[in-house]
Amino acid sequence: MTIDTEIQAPARVARRPSRASWTTTIPAWVITTISVAVATGLWEFFGRDVNPLLGTYPSAIIKAFFSMLQAGRLQDALIQSSQPFVAGYVAAAIIGIPVGLLLGRYRILESALGIYVTAGYATPLIALVPLLILWFGLGFMVKAVVVFLLSFFPICINTWFGVKAVPKTMIEVGTAFCASQTAIMRGIILPATIPYIMAGLRLGIGKAVIGIVIAEFLTAISGLGGIIITSANSFRTAEMFVPVILIMVLAVALTALVGWLEKYVAPWQSEITGHDSV
Amino acid sequence: MAHLEVQNITKSFGTHHALDGVSFNVEKGDVVALIGPSGCGKTTALRIIMGLETATSGQVRVAGRPVSGCGHDRGMVFQHAELLPWRDTLSNIGYGLEMKGMKEPELSRTAMHYLELVGLTQAKDRRPHQLSGGMKQRVGIARALAIDPEVLLMDEPFGALDSQTREGLHGELLSIHAKTHKTIIFVTHDLDEAVMLADRVAVMHAGKISQIIPIELVRPRLDMRAIRTSAEYSKKRTLIWEALHDAGVSAAA
Repeated sequence: MTIDTEIQAPARVARRPSRASWTTTIPAWVITTISVAVATGLWEFFGRDVNPLLGTYPSAIIKAFFSMLQAGRLQDALIQSSQPFVAGYVAAAIIGIPVGLLLGRYRILESALGIYVTAGYATPLIALVPLLILWFGLGFMVKAVVVFLLSFFPICINTWFGVKAVPKTMIEVGTAFCASQTAIMRGIILPATIPYIMAGLRLGIGKAVIGIVIAEFLTAISGLGGIIITSANSFRTAEMFVPVILIMVLAVALTALVGWLEKYVAPWQSEITGHDSV
Repeated sequence: MAHLEVQNITKSFGTHHALDGVSFNVEKGDVVALIGPSGCGKTTALRIIMGLETATSGQVRVAGRPVSGCGHDRGMVFQHAELLPWRDTLSNIGYGLEMKGMKEPELSRTAMHYLELVGLTQAKDRRPHQLSGGMKQRVGIARALAIDPEVLLMDEPFGALDSQTREGLHGELLSIHAKTHKTIIFVTHDLDEAVMLADRVAVMHAGKISQIIPIELVRPRLDMRAIRTSAEYSKKRTLIWEALHDAGVSAAA
């Protein structure tokens, strides 16, 4: 009693626009590259006319980059910054995701603790840095704590809301087949929440970057943030831009890594939502 | 003793009585349809039998054992199939078996058997979003059948499908029933579906069963065309229509 015609339908039908114009045939990366090249060119062209105390331009930044690299300052600073960054961020993910899952799943925990997560997300945590210095000193620990505090809340809150967005009927499938609480959490809620968790991790990177730079401004002046503030204070604008751009590039790369991670752990998601923009 | 006994179940949400004393028995291998207008309590009754909701009072027994909560003696087919989007067809069918504690290689072998039963062998490795609505629901039926339940419970299983696919699945379900002789309870608001598939049709209204109408069409009902044109079919269809209509009129009065 099989309906064969139904099965023979191809799994994925490629939808092509009926008329392929140049806006759809040029690969996205080509367009991005051209855009970046034009923007850099304009900056170089107009930036050269600006007083070097007030502004700078790409080739000067590149020159500063290589001289700092040769002196070894950049490498040292990168190591100083990345250690507390990674420690704080990883801790935020390891604690934030499970806490978010539990808040979303259990009403009692949500009503008892949800308020603190919401409040923590809305609090200007940077304002607490002076106090944190008193608690944790001026070194590695305080930087890691600031990064942790800033990235924990977006990760946790996204996971929490992700669990709330899991359709009730999907959880009922587990209930109807007598899945245990653990099996429902691991086999239904966690995979269904992955897109939200990934969005939280992505937002967390942005917050963690702000956290590490501010922490380095306000604590022992060290790391990439330290270079930014000492160069700015001595009006070496091109030198100041080197860590700024380096941090930006690293943050973009990390965000892309999270996107890649999502495709790897949740391949069905991009298949479902895989819509090409025109 | 009937295979499934529903004894005077009630369900109240605050002051609203969704179910107001529903009782019926189902013999082993019988197919019963619960039909009625929206809000008559048919889905609530099914969900109580499944253990997804608890009755305010009354009892449900499957093969003599009182039911509380979920159980592998009952298999549920959901209205919109509700397949897990990250699982392919085979492992969606195997979901209930996994929860039952079955291990490989028996797990895959059993799931494969039910995959063949619903005729989806070629769609074995696809994920739900690559399946049509009808195929999804066949996976949903296979998933429920795979745990080999005493009773198969179906909540408007074909309601969301277009009429052609729906009829195809009616034929499919009739042939599955002819092979497995499962006891089936399904909720519907489709007269033709009720008459075509069921041995008895329970007409519900305002939380009560107003009538139970037996359908005396011989099984296996594999020739759907002959059934549709039979006198019994049109007689019972009219009878159910009247039962639904009468209930509606008395409610409006």
